Amino acid sequence: MDLTFSPAEEAFREEVRKFLKDELPPELAEKVARHRSLTKSDMERWHAILNAKGWLASHWPVEWGGTGWSVVERFIFEQEAALAHAPRIVPFGVNMLGPVLVRFGSDAQKQHWLPRILDGSDWWCQGYSEPGAGSDLAGVKTTARREGDVYVVNGQKTWTTLGHFANMIFCLVRTNSSGKKQDGISFLLIDMRSPGVEVRPIVTIEGLHEVNEIFFTDVRVPVENLVGEENCGWTYAKYLLTYERTNIAGIGFSTADFETLRRIAHVPDRRGRRLIDDPLFAARLARVEIDLENLKTTNLRVLAAVAGGGAPGAESSMLKIKGTEVRQEIISLTRRALGRYARPYLREALEAEGDDSSIGSLGQPAAAAHYFNARKLSIYGGSNEIQKNIISRSILEL
Amino acid sequence: MDFTHDEEWRILAETIRRFIADRYTIETRNRFAYGAGWNPELWAEFCRLGIVGALFGEPIGGFGGRASDIALVFEELGRGVVVEPFLGVLMGGRALAASSEHYGLLQSVVAGDVIAALAHDELSSGYADMDLDTVAERHGDGWRLNGAKLVVSHAEAAGILLISARTEPGDSISLFAVPGDAAGLSIRGYPNIDGGRSGNITLTDVDVAGSALVGDEGAGAAIVREAQAAGLLALCAEALGIMTVMKDATLDYLRTRIQFDVPIGKFQALQHRMAVVLVEIEQARSAVINAVAAFPADPRVRDRALSAAKVTVGRTGTLVAEEAIQLHGGVGMTWELALSHQAKRLIMIDHQLGDEDHHLRRFIVLGKAA
Repeated sequence: MDLTFSPAEEAFREEVRKFLKDELPPELAEKVARHRSLTKSDMERWHAILNAKGWLASHWPVEWGGTGWSVVERFIFEQEAALAHAPRIVPFGVNMLGPVLVRFGSDAQKQHWLPRILDGSDWWCQGYSEPGAGSDLAGVKTTARREGDVYVVNGQKTWTTLGHFANMIFCLVRTNSSGKKQDGISFLLIDMRSPGVEVRPIVTIEGLHEVNEIFFTDVRVPVENLVGEENCGWTYAKYLLTYERTNIAGIGFSTADFETLRRIAHVPDRRGRRLIDDPLFAARLARVEIDLENLKTTNLRVLAAVAGGGAPGAESSMLKIKGTEVRQEIISLTRRALGRYARPYLREALEAEGDDSSIGSLGQPAAAAHYFNARKLSIYGGSNEIQKNIISRSILEL
Repeated sequence: MDFTHDEEWRILAETIRRFIADRYTIETRNRFAYGAGWNPELWAEFCRLGIVGALFGEPIGGFGGRASDIALVFEELGRGVVVEPFLGVLMGGRALAASSEHYGLLQSVVAGDVIAALAHDELSSGYADMDLDTVAERHGDGWRLNGAKLVVSHAEAAGILLISARTEPGDSISLFAVPGDAAGLSIRGYPNIDGGRSGNITLTDVDVAGSALVGDEGAGAAIVREAQAAGLLALCAEALGIMTVMKDATLDYLRTRIQFDVPIGKFQALQHRMAVVLVEIEQARSAVINAVAAFPADPRVRDRALSAAKVTVGRTGTLVAEEAIQLHGGVGMTWELALSHQAKRLIMIDHQLGDEDHHLRRFIVLGKAA
């Protein structure tokens, strides 16, 4: 047994650290560290910096511009980037659609769309969930009717994260209503500037706009935008979901947030009292630290089991459940740590600048907002209940 | 043994509930909860229904004031996530009642004409409760106050602020009734994440008359503790009201939301979680009833029961808020649903007057043999 990284992997870690030190703009890191809202151009900026380095598409083969990293290298990069408070790579094109096109797309589709994902020409969003198809994703009702050289699309998608920034959407659409519902689904790429596409914002609990509803009314989509074969979309959809769940443990984000929490717990107040000296809080902190350390190794064990790259199967459900639970607990403790100063909600402190220290929020004026926002972690990407179903079926064989 | 309220109080509860259903919809509430912070016209209507009067005894112009009255009113206010300054008026009013000198002012508060706020908390880690830097020094016939108070609910709306300060000798604490517009007093206001507004108060050579002293010099800590006891009971009852409506809404969702061709309430995994929510809310209701029963007892017994209730409500509130959102899925996180606003208020109750851990510590301390 050897829990250490190889010399080559350690050298890679140093290279990643140096890159982050040199290239990650401090003002972006500052925003991420304080859980402030990132603008579209903030996200595009980091995307472009990574692309210039050739470090954007860690899941793609080298021939299409991927990094060719091993699973361990990918883990190291994700961990170091999160610890440096780098913005999250907007995943919809790079981590979700990209692997699907590489595996199932036509040569023409690969040659057209993959470079545009890398250079940022297209901002993709995900058209999966519908009002009636959440956990029961195969229940999608948005229809695509073939008329000559086009599909005519009608229906509604929801929870479309950053859809208001996107110009393209990949959608699960129903092309056949007879038979098993999984067998009538197709995977379609839709230009959001087409007539009949309407994006409406959904404001979430903390008052921010991150997700959207998207309506399709007689939207005409060229047939060459069908990925793979008609009625085989469910296979591609599931393949994509395994990629959505890579890095789902979010170890890097949890570690970064835990360090922030630990720092807060050590700040003395005007009488020199520190939260860490309170045995009740210290016990909460210790428990989550233990969970996180355990999870790091569970995560590495799953990664090690995935020989030669690719995505883990049902084991990723384990990482999703525990990863989101640990992350939510850390975020919840940060809110708790602020005591009565968690209640003030200074919107200006969430935006670019603004003074946030005077209320006693210890540089975390968004702690409560972040807590409420983070409830989504156990809901999206297949709710934790759905993950437990997968474990029951695929691992326990119940 | 009888756990029911008197007929006239049941009628008051129904009146509040009907008023909220008719006039205080979540859309109405949110318009000013996340704007001006409260609505003076609706406040006046609440007062006409007798809701403030119910919080105080007859000698000072009210018609209630018992622990059960406070709990009944705040449970109903919780059901409507009412954002108006009832808590500040309750605590400020109870503090003013400690002094016969302020009878006129107190009557205005009980009538709802003057908004009161208790300005006691200062910058500290955790919820250290009697540790003040604000000082009041004798100045001519009156007092001069200097210091700062943080996160005072509805500070900007308050006509009268009950400000605690250290006075000689030693570390004794006294309480002062200071007009919100006193010279030298400034307020930096801001919105709360759960609606309403709070403010940080800075006191720079604020001069008040000798009559501003509430109760005896040095009696401030005891008066604040009495006021906070009523406040704690109110918060626990408010949380109970919120938890009840969140449970009802979630149950309704489990019965009507169809996935995999059946209502999701048919899934045993979800049924069991809802059953736990129900059991825990019943336990929280019992904790509030225990606190009501112990309220007239000596402060040590009373405060221990209040801490027990606050611990229970803190833990159960987090459970109910998180489970209600999770069982709703994405919809539970939308601004459009009352549920998200109820969840925010419920969680933030744990950030007022001491959280779960603070009260667990206090419960332990008060339980040690004297």
